[in-house]
Amino acid sequence: MLAVCGLQSLEELYRQLPPDVLLDRPLAIEPGKSEYEIVEYFRARGAENANGYPSFLGGGVYYHYRPVVVDTVVSRGEFLTSYTPYQPEIAQGTLTTIFEFQTMICQLTGMDAANASMYDGSSAVPEAAMMAVRITGRNKTLVAQNVHPEYRQVLRTYAMHQGMPIEEFAFDQAAGAADLEDLERRLDADTAAVIIQTPNFFGVIENVKAAAELAHKQGALLIVVFTEAVSLGLLEPPRDADIVAGELQSFAIPPSYGGPFAGILATREKYLRQLPGRLVGETKDSEGRRAFCLTLSTREQHIRREKATSNICTNQALIALMATVFLSLYGKRGLRELAEQNLAKAHYLAKDMKRRFSGPFFNEFVVQCNGRTPEAVNEALLQRKIIGGLPLGRWYPSLADCMLLCATEMSRREHMNTVREVLQNVPEAAHVR
Amino acid sequence: MIRKVSRHITQNEPLLFESSSPGKKGYQLPDLDVPAVDPAEALGAENVRGEIEDFPEVSEVEVVRHFTRLSTWNYGIDLGLFPLGSCTMKYNPRVNEAVARTEGLLWAHPYQPEALSQGAMEIIARLEAALAEITGMDAVTLQPAAGAHGEMTGIMLIRAYHESKGNPRKKILIPDSAHGTNPATATMVGYTVQNIKSNDRGMVDVESLASIVDEDVAGLMVTNPNTVGVFEGDIVRIAGILHEKGAQVYMDGANMNALVGITRPGDFGIDVMHLNLHKTFSTPHGGGGPGAGPVAVKSHLEPFLPIPRLRSENDQWRWDYDRPQTIGRVRAFYGNFGVLVRALAYIMAHGGEGLRNATLDALLNANYIRKLLEPYYQIAYQAPSMHECVFSDDRQAKRGVRTGDIAKRLIDYGFHPYTVSFPLIVRGAMMIEPTETESKAELDLFVDALISIAKEVEENPELVLKAPHSTRISRVDEVTAARKPILRWKPAPKASQAAD
Repeated sequence: MLAVCGLQSLEELYRQLPPDVLLDRPLAIEPGKSEYEIVEYFRARGAENANGYPSFLGGGVYYHYRPVVVDTVVSRGEFLTSYTPYQPEIAQGTLTTIFEFQTMICQLTGMDAANASMYDGSSAVPEAAMMAVRITGRNKTLVAQNVHPEYRQVLRTYAMHQGMPIEEFAFDQAAGAADLEDLERRLDADTAAVIIQTPNFFGVIENVKAAAELAHKQGALLIVVFTEAVSLGLLEPPRDADIVAGELQSFAIPPSYGGPFAGILATREKYLRQLPGRLVGETKDSEGRRAFCLTLSTREQHIRREKATSNICTNQALIALMATVFLSLYGKRGLRELAEQNLAKAHYLAKDMKRRFSGPFFNEFVVQCNGRTPEAVNEALLQRKIIGGLPLGRWYPSLADCMLLCATEMSRREHMNTVREVLQNVPEAAHVR
Repeated sequence: MIRKVSRHITQNEPLLFESSSPGKKGYQLPDLDVPAVDPAEALGAENVRGEIEDFPEVSEVEVVRHFTRLSTWNYGIDLGLFPLGSCTMKYNPRVNEAVARTEGLLWAHPYQPEALSQGAMEIIARLEAALAEITGMDAVTLQPAAGAHGEMTGIMLIRAYHESKGNPRKKILIPDSAHGTNPATATMVGYTVQNIKSNDRGMVDVESLASIVDEDVAGLMVTNPNTVGVFEGDIVRIAGILHEKGAQVYMDGANMNALVGITRPGDFGIDVMHLNLHKTFSTPHGGGGPGAGPVAVKSHLEPFLPIPRLRSENDQWRWDYDRPQTIGRVRAFYGNFGVLVRALAYIMAHGGEGLRNATLDALLNANYIRKLLEPYYQIAYQAPSMHECVFSDDRQAKRGVRTGDIAKRLIDYGFHPYTVSFPLIVRGAMMIEPTETESKAELDLFVDALISIAKEVEENPELVLKAPHSTRISRVDEVTAARKPILRWKPAPKASQAAD
């Protein structure tokens, strides 16, 4: 091959580089390892993490069972090793699955159109706000303080240099839901969007309809966020929202220390040309057969460059595929049954506990730690090989004595009993049946 | 002659919604070990949804067959050369998939105690160190989820740096050969974009650059090697021009796979850059994500990196949120960890020498293709190619055949097309990147295919213009798709069903 290229040595391949920029030493990276050594290395690292601990953590990442078929499908090389489906003739597999994904997201959220997915839920939120700013021609975004704290941080980062002031509004100290009176006071003619999350970061279900009415009265859009997608199997979808932004991790996407996940962005028909990201549409081939292709790309940066709706130029196709396979397996009845199991488990766990908020909850709730710190409770649980809840003081100083607990279909009764006992500081034997 | 493929039958498959029938299911849940709860009672009847209309109901075997059938309608690297220029479609080693599914990593919750996350944090630290060494930079954040997300992070760092000096400045300079994400990113960070023209060698014109750089310029976004696959030979001078006026140099690292082990951006004047782990470091593209877009910086930009940062304290890894000058958070949690695991596995498998060898093989493969195709296609620039080569369809256009047509005909020969019509500065661009993981045999098949197509263009242009001829579907009507968007399935209206 060198001879074909007219070269004597491999080093001549970069003879055009100025000599003074060449690296004059080998990279300081250990010599290549065998497959066995690599597997062993990662096995050892995995062993340094929590293993086999029942966990009651939620807060945006949830433990749900992953049906085996999900990995069977996403391990197919034709899905795993394909590229963005720019050549529809040889990418109908990916395109069809994305079209199914978009459909399912619409069915679940009550929206008319959904894109092919976003990086994750947290980055979907600022993209939704930017969309609302484009649609309304206004600048300000009001976000409830009980929206996931890290999502709010990401929103602020994105908004910082786009002339998009972000203002937070309070939550109701008793119910834990968004304080709609505070929202009403802050809504004005410059408000582009109102952002609420349901179930919110405290696990409490929001009154989407009432928030929508307030926002719409002022000509603002309502953005509804979700982090626990399984709730969509049971809760009334946010039909009154203008944009829905959410995280699908609950649909068979492994926690994987926080990513990769898949976010969604869905909206009403009339706003679909302002949706950022990839979209797959149905069309026909030259012989009239049904076919799918990427569409409405004139919104995107490879054509619009600095005038694009966003700089996003990827989706999370393989991760969205996990969610699609999961939803296909569970289907209409299964998603409902799964959600009902989550509801039952969380309500069992919460029984007799001192819940901090009175609003209705799905599978997460905030509990007060009976005069102890959440850290002390978690320490006591760790001694029993259980990972407890998420202490909230880091984001909410007024809730420093509280933790967020989550139960899912994977939470077992005996472990929940232990959590209840430790939290209530009573001898374990007293409740064991 | 078509040697790589033969026709075979593929399975037809309706949409899941169309094959659904009531009562079928593909799941099993354990029996509830706690009392059931009435949703209406617990949540309020108004909060409980009715049935999800038209949601699928299928069995497990139907799910497996459905997605397996659909998968066979795709082309992937596992089937052969995937020469998309700029996209770096190299083989995705399967050990990377296996280790990403290690129990203690796959099920690690981002909020589990740090003491029980040390393994995950160690992986992050080790990858950060490896990427700093490979790029010659001082610090790395692994948080950005994709290349464009990394660009946004990088330009925000530049802005924060200028703001710390009292003036954010006004504009970002971007060569006309750049990826479209570059200008879109600069806009999102509140900068105006000034395009700069490439010279006749496809490179940044240093003299005209020097004439426009002033104190209003926050930085330059440069891709190196650039999008025509040419190394910006004047990069040190270019960086000097920017630095002299206090401006920063951002490098789009999309093409870093051409440089690893040979030269380091940190050694040729770059202040901040992103890497695409799904390109240079072999993590699978998965049909369009997930990726990861780490950002590497020189020390003067480190204080501004996104939170949290990894910090070592008494031999334990901690997350540090107390970073007063940070630009903030760019995403929840700590980045696409599963992708990071795969990239580290790739680096470990290669080692320093192996990484350099991969680069050399990528350069050799690209130059081999260029040499063999030059008699048949017009090379866009005479400057030497690095890891990809860009041709123009000038010769074939005379017969009415354009780059997009040649690309479609390649499909009949069993290959995924090259990148079509990018970069925009080349008329009818055909951008070919073979990567290092292709054998000579595969490259020869590809070259033969393109030579054969060049002859078809002369002898029977219609054959190429109507391609592909062997796929499940022929060319699709993209115009109607955009004009009357159908973005979701809906059941056929009842009346027409009866008519069927």
